Amino acid sequence: MHEMGIAMEIVDIAKASIPADMKGAKIQRVNLQVGKLSAIVADSLRFCFDLVVKGTALEGAELAIEEVPVVVRCKDCRAQWTVTEPVFICKACQSGAIDILSGRELDIKSIEIEDKD
Amino acid sequence: MWFFANRITRRYHHDHKKNGHHDGHHDHGHDVESRKSGTREIKVVRRVLDANDIMAERMRTVFAEKKVFVLNMMSSPGSGKTTTLQKTLARIMPGLRCAVIVGDICTTHDADRLAQSGAPVIQINTDAFGGDCHLAAHVVERAVADLDLEAIDLLIVENIGNLVCPAEFDIGEDKRVVVLSVTEGEDKPAKYPLMFRECDATLLNKIDLLPYLDFDMDRVRSSIGDIHPGMPVYEISAKTEAGFDEWIGWLTAQVKAKLS
Repeated sequence: MHEMGIAMEIVDIAKASIPADMKGAKIQRVNLQVGKLSAIVADSLRFCFDLVVKGTALEGAELAIEEVPVVVRCKDCRAQWTVTEPVFICKACQSGAIDILSGRELDIKSIEIEDKD
Repeated sequence: MWFFANRITRRYHHDHKKNGHHDGHHDHGHDVESRKSGTREIKVVRRVLDANDIMAERMRTVFAEKKVFVLNMMSSPGSGKTTTLQKTLARIMPGLRCAVIVGDICTTHDADRLAQSGAPVIQINTDAFGGDCHLAAHVVERAVADLDLEAIDLLIVENIGNLVCPAEFDIGEDKRVVVLSVTEGEDKPAKYPLMFRECDATLLNKIDLLPYLDFDMDRVRSSIGDIHPGMPVYEISAKTEAGFDEWIGWLTAQVKAKLS
């Protein structure tokens, strides 16, 4: 629901990540990781991204979204599995004490910049 | 609202410069990972919500220094959050010195109702015409500037009515509570698992209406138990105050644990 704000943050972080020796270069692609447990709708985010990049170093850039599955580990028996429905109980030992290993991401992994060299 | 967030992002990076780093972003590494024809891939590895998380952590430090317990109350619109809060304040004040920050997209209705408790109430309107969907840490920081934290034991933040976005934004709170009313249906926890996963307690409100509904209490409890095993679930009615002893007991125990 707040995809526009997220898109603006992404543009800010991407712009600030252009190395000093490449000032003025165009960013062609932003590689983003979005966990399945985050409250982000990929299509909405892409739509907002395409709007906010206008007139910036990211104009026309692609937002590549990699969805990250929800992976958890039982604190008691160390079983590890991918959560596909809203159940966070260990199937092996029925423990409710679990660690979320992935699925909460909303991370920029990298940016790809045109390089004329 | 996010325009402010961006401003804070920039301010944070200025601070970094003052501290001797040449640039906040550069700390995260600019390794050239690969060179395809005509492209250079630059590693960034940053959380998009970094700016919010840093601000939230800063607020958490302030709250710890001033010995203020912060409760983040979330729910969908119309779940009875404000009434629950009004009745809660009436029971715990003046034993606990309370203040409230109320987030609302527009209007001051909730703040007006809560001010009757005698607690200082700070209203945040995220936008006059349907703005933000959650309270972010910088908004709470600005609201707190108007409060005397020395004179407060418990700060309750009534978040924007929304089961999605507020779950994603840390505001420097100690505990999170979600209010779900029985009129909303028992499938809500499964539809919004992040909210129920992130919260420390659930209030099932409006149980006075149960005789008129087909609400399946066992189903909602088992669904919440699947998402967040062991999380306390209190069945309450903000209207009749049924179940309030248990809920208030939990809340005051949390507050005392931090303040003692």
